[in-house]
Amino acid sequence: MSAAAPIQGLVLAGGASARMQRDKAALVYGGKSQLDRVVELVARHVSPVFVSVRPSQSGEPARARYPLIVDSIQGKGPIGGIRSALAAQPGVAWLVVACDLPFLTDEVLAGLLAERAPGAGATAYSSAHDGLPEPLCAIWEPQAGAEIDAFLGTGRDCPRKFLINHGVHLIEPKDRRALDNINTPEEYDRALDLLAPAARGRGTQLMQLKIQYFALMREQSGRSEETLETVAATPADLYAELQARYGFTLPREQLKVAVNTEFAPWSRPLAPGDAVVFIPPVAGG
Amino acid sequence: MMRFRFTDQAIDTDAARRELLDPGAGGYASFEGWVRNFNEGQEVTRLEYEAFRELALKEGERILVQAMARFPVKHALCIHRVGSLGLSDMAVWVGVSSAHRGEAFDACRFIIDEVKHRVPIWKKEHYRSGDSGWVNCERCAAAAPHDHDDHPHGHRHDHDVDVDVA
Repeated sequence: MSAAAPIQGLVLAGGASARMQRDKAALVYGGKSQLDRVVELVARHVSPVFVSVRPSQSGEPARARYPLIVDSIQGKGPIGGIRSALAAQPGVAWLVVACDLPFLTDEVLAGLLAERAPGAGATAYSSAHDGLPEPLCAIWEPQAGAEIDAFLGTGRDCPRKFLINHGVHLIEPKDRRALDNINTPEEYDRALDLLAPAARGRGTQLMQLKIQYFALMREQSGRSEETLETVAATPADLYAELQARYGFTLPREQLKVAVNTEFAPWSRPLAPGDAVVFIPPVAGG
Repeated sequence: MMRFRFTDQAIDTDAARRELLDPGAGGYASFEGWVRNFNEGQEVTRLEYEAFRELALKEGERILVQAMARFPVKHALCIHRVGSLGLSDMAVWVGVSSAHRGEAFDACRFIIDEVKHRVPIWKKEHYRSGDSGWVNCERCAAAAPHDHDDHPHGHRHDHDVDVDVA
């Protein structure tokens, strides 16, 4: 097989954001628009990074700041944007990332690039929710172009169905929340809560905490301790963050929490260096 | 010596009982918790105990101090096993000495009840079926829907629908 195609970044910002009733690319988290956040994130891994837009959006200032790939295939949604990029630069693979994934991290993109299978039409994560491919945070290879044309020719345009039916290399997500997308004002609000306080623009300080895991928490997180950087202001915020990451099954109401080896209220402000332990229901004796 | 302790060896009840001897004590009561072969309809083959030791020692000591403040007893002690235990192994021992029997029984009961409810110790049961589970954790987790259940299949498709409006 020939060498892997060079890879560039493609941020999808051509959506209509119909249910959000606001441009999803313009939603602000931590004082920065989602479009700017995603472009910066992708640019830390591949370059150059292009923004995929509909023709009517090409003069829009927030988008026009970036190199654009304007849809040559219209009315087909995201797969049209992906196909347009593959057509604009044949021989290039694309790290494609949608503009509505506020929880995306460097680790997620690094994991994708590390597992890239250039021989497959695409490399994608399987959904933490249903195991099916996640097409909008994925690597699309040049050879997918012709297959997309054939797929569109049958009247279909769902990129997920495309990946299900074509040779996609699927990898397991490590972070269950990372690819959750947001479509409605309620989901945006919830994302802000989960990303708070940084996303709300309150104290944006990242701090380092030490977390120890016992019993069920240890088994579900797959580790007995870790040191992590977080913007969580309280144990309650931290549990929400880690529950999303590790899929902890216990609701917070069933747990207690200890900070620095003493029981603490969920609202206790956390300080850098604090040691946190979540305490599932006890069963001594 | 702490009055609440852990051990990963068989509990030496004779040595522990000797620590409670007191010329003013007219009696002694103890409680032993043993590994039982069934729980909630499942046949249990062995148990594993795990503790958040630093906090458990503090909380255990607080319970014993409370027991001694609440009941007029001479001495009180509690020793809890950690690690892997087989059937009939002793998981926990509580001993209390006092002038009269009534407060020894009462304090012993208070201590074991509080230890079970407050001290960060967890018990994993291994069943004959090959299954296993953390006691008090698995059922309440099953009863409470996880966040992600709010997003059944099709969640990702929402995105497509959204963008397709273009």
